[in-house]
Amino acid sequence: MNDFLAPVFESGFFTSSTVQVALLVGGIVALVAGTVGVFTVMRGQSFAAEALGDIGTTGGSGAYLIGVGPLWGFVAISVVAAGAMEAIGIQRPRGRDLATGIVLGAALGLAALFLYLYATQSAHTGATVSILFGAMFDIPSSTIPLAVLLGLIVAGIVAVLYRPLLLSSVSAELAAARGIPVRAVGALYLLALAIAVALAAMTIGTILSTALIVGPAATALRLTRRPGAAMLAASLIGVGATWLGIVLAYDSYAWPPVHHGWPVSFFVVTIIFALYLLSGVPGLWQRRRVASRPVAPAVAGTGDR
Amino acid sequence: MTSERQPILSVEGVGVRLAGREVLREVSFGICPGEFTGLIGSNGAGKTTLFRVILGLQVTTSGKVLVAGRPRSRRNPLIGYVPQKFLLDPDMPLRARDLVGLGLDGHRFGIARPSRARRALIDEMLAAVDAERFADARIGTLSGGEQQRVLIAHALISRPKLLLLDEPLANLDLPSGQEVVALLARIAAEQGIAILISAHEMNPLLPVMERIVYLVDGRAASGTTEEVVRTDVLSELYGRQVEVLHIHGRVLVVAGPGDGGEAAHEHAGPLVGVQIVQ
Repeated sequence: MNDFLAPVFESGFFTSSTVQVALLVGGIVALVAGTVGVFTVMRGQSFAAEALGDIGTTGGSGAYLIGVGPLWGFVAISVVAAGAMEAIGIQRPRGRDLATGIVLGAALGLAALFLYLYATQSAHTGATVSILFGAMFDIPSSTIPLAVLLGLIVAGIVAVLYRPLLLSSVSAELAAARGIPVRAVGALYLLALAIAVALAAMTIGTILSTALIVGPAATALRLTRRPGAAMLAASLIGVGATWLGIVLAYDSYAWPPVHHGWPVSFFVVTIIFALYLLSGVPGLWQRRRVASRPVAPAVAGTGDR
Repeated sequence: MTSERQPILSVEGVGVRLAGREVLREVSFGICPGEFTGLIGSNGAGKTTLFRVILGLQVTTSGKVLVAGRPRSRRNPLIGYVPQKFLLDPDMPLRARDLVGLGLDGHRFGIARPSRARRALIDEMLAAVDAERFADARIGTLSGGEQQRVLIAHALISRPKLLLLDEPLANLDLPSGQEVVALLARIAAEQGIAILISAHEMNPLLPVMERIVYLVDGRAASGTTEEVVRTDVLSELYGRQVEVLHIHGRVLVVAGPGDGGEAAHEHAGPLVGVQIVQ
């Protein structure tokens, strides 16, 4: 290893198979999340994404209970919940919050039961934390094929629907006038979102998964004027934050107070948040410049203060 | 009948009932290629419903709609549409030219392959509505009038024969509104595109409007402005005495002298709201 990089990459970083799986799966998930997230923000469905993530807790705990990989649980429950939201009426502006909230409440009640049952049946106490806050370094390599497959499904849906989805996200009326089946397009998009959220839940946890979907996309929207560029930027931001988070978490094994490693999710989410704040700085400056133009002469002229 | 004079749109006895209420009753009119028609009526008169009928998005309870002689269908490439109250979030990552491009192929699957021809066509449409200056700006940062022009380009790029505009002047100040009207008149004249534009106020359209469809409570009178905007015709349409006044080149429709008392009062709101302004 290069001496110059030694302080950044602690020894064994690149040879650890745990790290390799985390980098690979984390990277795929962030790519998918960034792409999908741009539409989530454009369509104003961040709350739906958050709810789908939270609902993943039910699937994840159920998966632990019956002894299958948590990703199966996340995906199954997320897709079912997306179907329920669609059925109740997520596409009507007023039905949207209601549909999301009702499904969320029902599912989280089940999660409480599953986590309770699991905790009482098993000596393994880490499940709750793994489900809620992610387990990037606990992803078994056997999960890779499923994660790749799900990532490809999401990418396929977004690529095929790209133009109709974009137009219906801009204006449902314009899309309908072009003969686009707006409702079906929205439902398929919700399916893609549900899968992306499930993938994100596996890496950074159910309640943090929205951060990976919405955060990079919101940052990218501030930086670009074009939808394709926004998706590329969001994916890069997501992958960058995930990989940097993995490096820092690996390094943090040597850090105080416990020498046990800080959570990866903490780093990933914090980096995403910091980038979002940073991306607002240029806009802030522009707004101040625009605002100061008409104000300046008025203050100088009247001086009534 | 020559193909030139075959109506691009004919609406024949269309009725629509929504939730037990008759929104449109026996509405009939025709539009010929290149004609500029105003669809005038107060809020709730049925203008948007009529547009949705023409676009094939609204089921009718009676009558039929023919577009270029054929029954209407969804995604009819002969019709371009500019919806009402279109204001986008400034954060939307979409340039004016992207929205125009979606007018060309937004209904197709997959991602648009950039080509010189596609770009040239988009530039041509942006030029046709004088939008080159802000072609690369985010659509949400544009003013109402500018967004309106981009939307017109979005509707025009698929080379429609009929352009529907739902209340395009509603959110615009007077000069921006006049600009849009002049632009539309030019498009109708130069490209032979028929234009149907809805408004609750007819005066801004009077200089360019060749025909008028006047909607009151879901019923319509249609013809040239001289034929329709008359005391007798409108009185019958309103079902009570109204008077059409011409003042300084403007048209006012007011409740007639014989129509006093409770009944007039009940209807005074929408009636006065329709045409007495400025």
